[in-house]
Amino acid sequence: MKYCVQIVGVGGQGVLMASMVLGNAAMEAGYQVCMSEVHGMAQRGGSVLSTVRFGDEVYSPLEATGGADLLMSFEPVETVRSLKLANRDSAILMNLDPVLPGNVAAGFEEYPDIQALVDCVKARNANVRTISATTIAEEAGKAVAANAVMIGAAAATPGFPLSREQLRDALLAKVPPKTVDLNSKAFDMGYDAMSKQ
Amino acid sequence: MLGNEAIVRGLLEAGTRFASTYPGTPSSEVGNILETISDEAGLYFEFSTNEKTAVEVSAAAASSGVRSFVFMKHVGLNVAADPLMTLAYAGVRAGMLIMSADDPSAHSSQNEQDNRYYATLALIPMIEPSNPQEAKDFVKEAYRVSEETGLPVLYRTTTRVNHARAPVVFGEINRDTPLKGHFEKDDPSFVNIPAFAVRNRVRLLEKNKKALEISENSPLNFTEGSGDVGVITSGVSYCYVKEYLSGVSVLKLGMTNPLPEKKIADFVKGKRMIIVVEELEPFLEDTVLRIIAQNGISVPVHGKRDGTLPREWEFSPDTMKRLKDLVSVKDMPEPLPAGDVTLPGRPPSLCAGCPHRGIYAATKKAVGKTPVVYCSDIGCYTLGVQAPFHTADFIICMGGGAGAAGGFAQVTDQKAIAFMGDSTFFHAGVQPLTSALFNKHDIVMVILDNRTTAMTGHQPNPGTGRHFGGVDTDAVDIEQLVKGIGIKFVRTVDPYNVTECTKVMKEAIDFQGVAVVISKQPCPLLLKKNKTLAKATASVKADECVKCYTCLRMIACPALVKRPDGSVETDPVQCIGCGMCASVCPKKCIEVRK
Repeated sequence: MKYCVQIVGVGGQGVLMASMVLGNAAMEAGYQVCMSEVHGMAQRGGSVLSTVRFGDEVYSPLEATGGADLLMSFEPVETVRSLKLANRDSAILMNLDPVLPGNVAAGFEEYPDIQALVDCVKARNANVRTISATTIAEEAGKAVAANAVMIGAAAATPGFPLSREQLRDALLAKVPPKTVDLNSKAFDMGYDAMSKQ
Repeated sequence: MLGNEAIVRGLLEAGTRFASTYPGTPSSEVGNILETISDEAGLYFEFSTNEKTAVEVSAAAASSGVRSFVFMKHVGLNVAADPLMTLAYAGVRAGMLIMSADDPSAHSSQNEQDNRYYATLALIPMIEPSNPQEAKDFVKEAYRVSEETGLPVLYRTTTRVNHARAPVVFGEINRDTPLKGHFEKDDPSFVNIPAFAVRNRVRLLEKNKKALEISENSPLNFTEGSGDVGVITSGVSYCYVKEYLSGVSVLKLGMTNPLPEKKIADFVKGKRMIIVVEELEPFLEDTVLRIIAQNGISVPVHGKRDGTLPREWEFSPDTMKRLKDLVSVKDMPEPLPAGDVTLPGRPPSLCAGCPHRGIYAATKKAVGKTPVVYCSDIGCYTLGVQAPFHTADFIICMGGGAGAAGGFAQVTDQKAIAFMGDSTFFHAGVQPLTSALFNKHDIVMVILDNRTTAMTGHQPNPGTGRHFGGVDTDAVDIEQLVKGIGIKFVRTVDPYNVTECTKVMKEAIDFQGVAVVISKQPCPLLLKKNKTLAKATASVKADECVKCYTCLRMIACPALVKRPDGSVETDPVQCIGCGMCASVCPKKCIEVRK
């Protein structure tokens, strides 16, 4: 068995944190784990990518283009930008709540219509599931818990090899103690939102 | 754990007692961790002003019998190359490792130079781990090699080792090595005047013979797999070979200088074909070709010289596809086709409230139509290359902007304006500034003093003073330092007051000679980290805003948002209330509330 999650988003969204939670959960489940992440210049508000690979035998920290079993995207535009990481059979988890790039916020560029982005992804892959992670996180208590929502949603993705409990334990072990309740709630709401689809 | 965390663990297990660095990605986390734990871990650690000094302090420690570790990014070793070359002649008494964190694909660097050649140039042993576990384990082995040969060892990593994350099995922590030493004088070794140096070169070559012997027998150089196709590899490339190629014999090299000549010759003999898999330059390949020739072996070698594998950029599983015609490569799925929606770009950019925005906006305004060359440097402010600033026309290396400014001033009719951060100023800025004064160059040097080394993760520098590891020092005052050199035009400005900055920049540009402007305001990210950011927000008075967009055009702060109806608002989540936008608003309709 080998499973690869490519997590994409924008610096500051908690992509790194999500990858560590997935990696820890996989390690606890007894798998070999190899991950790679982006530091330095790439973190100044730019697009970010974290790779989590686990299984019976994994050695490479990077995945082949198209090799993602799950493309977990924290941001709609970044989903489309990262399509080549996935293939026809990959599961794609797509957050619909945008983070506006600087040039869009300043009015120099336009943010595409979100439905057009979803249609574009769906036209290429039949296993797309969408979620409004930031909105759900706000309902759970705070927008910063969006990554917990995404991790909950990942746990409910068909074919995902780690259990709901494994992911939830790894998440709650990683977050600051006083945010355990918030993250736990956000995780469950993400899981439920995804299981309904 | 992260590769860099594993390396720190390796230091503790190897009994390292002295460490030094100048921060640089992908090596930075090592320093950030040591800053926090050095006291408790019982080792001395420092951020030196630059890599050269970092190598020198660590060399002194090792020469006095204290195990030392100096680390930097690849280009940092260029700065430290001078002490390195002669340090090899002098040798060390306790183990000394020099970590060069190379950056194939230049994820956060200005080039992708292959520092393995420094090992052959300096004639020192080199060790290359390929994953976090090895990154920890090989530290101990590298110290053994260093102490057996009496030479510093180049510990060469790459981004995908430093920033890979994987489970790591720990060993015992070594608490038995000395924290203090004594320097036994030995002029023939440590005083490399010509008479001694020529003899030390002979000794160095002898030590290399010893190192070769170690390499031939090193458990770090091993073979695995079987088949008549031989793959020779090292570093992270080994991980791709191991997972994606099958039916091949692999010679995995962990000690890559001196290369194990006999082991390579034995491996190559009887093979139908050899493939050398390594990132960047054909470093292994060229030596393999030489060994084959010297041993009279006839076997085709595929790698970079015949174009099978690329010389540019880092490898990945995709790179292995290029070997499909030669060996069995694991199937990889077809990637989805690109989307057909036009996407807005998302390059890294200066943060909301970044003080660099203010001084760049002021400089642009002050320059007006005057022909200028903006000489920039290495740091967050490199991002000034982007719209709307375009305040970076020439960037080559740390301190390089100020040096180049003198040359532009001499040969062009363009005004040379150099930007440089505070940490960079201490690293390599004092010298070009002094040189410009000495040679009467007509330049403006803007020191962007944001009270930290921001890009690499907020390390302290001489301008902030040191406050960790039980050591407290006073901050070096940049203004006093610049005045002390003899610079006549020195002004310190607040970049959040763009109007005032513009005035000062105009004066600086008109000044004949060397003018220095110090733009001083702490990095907001650092303040947020330290929880000392004063609470404030700016808001636009909608009824007074005339939608001239001066704020967007001049500051382009991510916290300024243009709504679809054309109105401008601030994003309360991002806005820190610095007031830069308010200071450029011609209608004074942006209000800052503390």
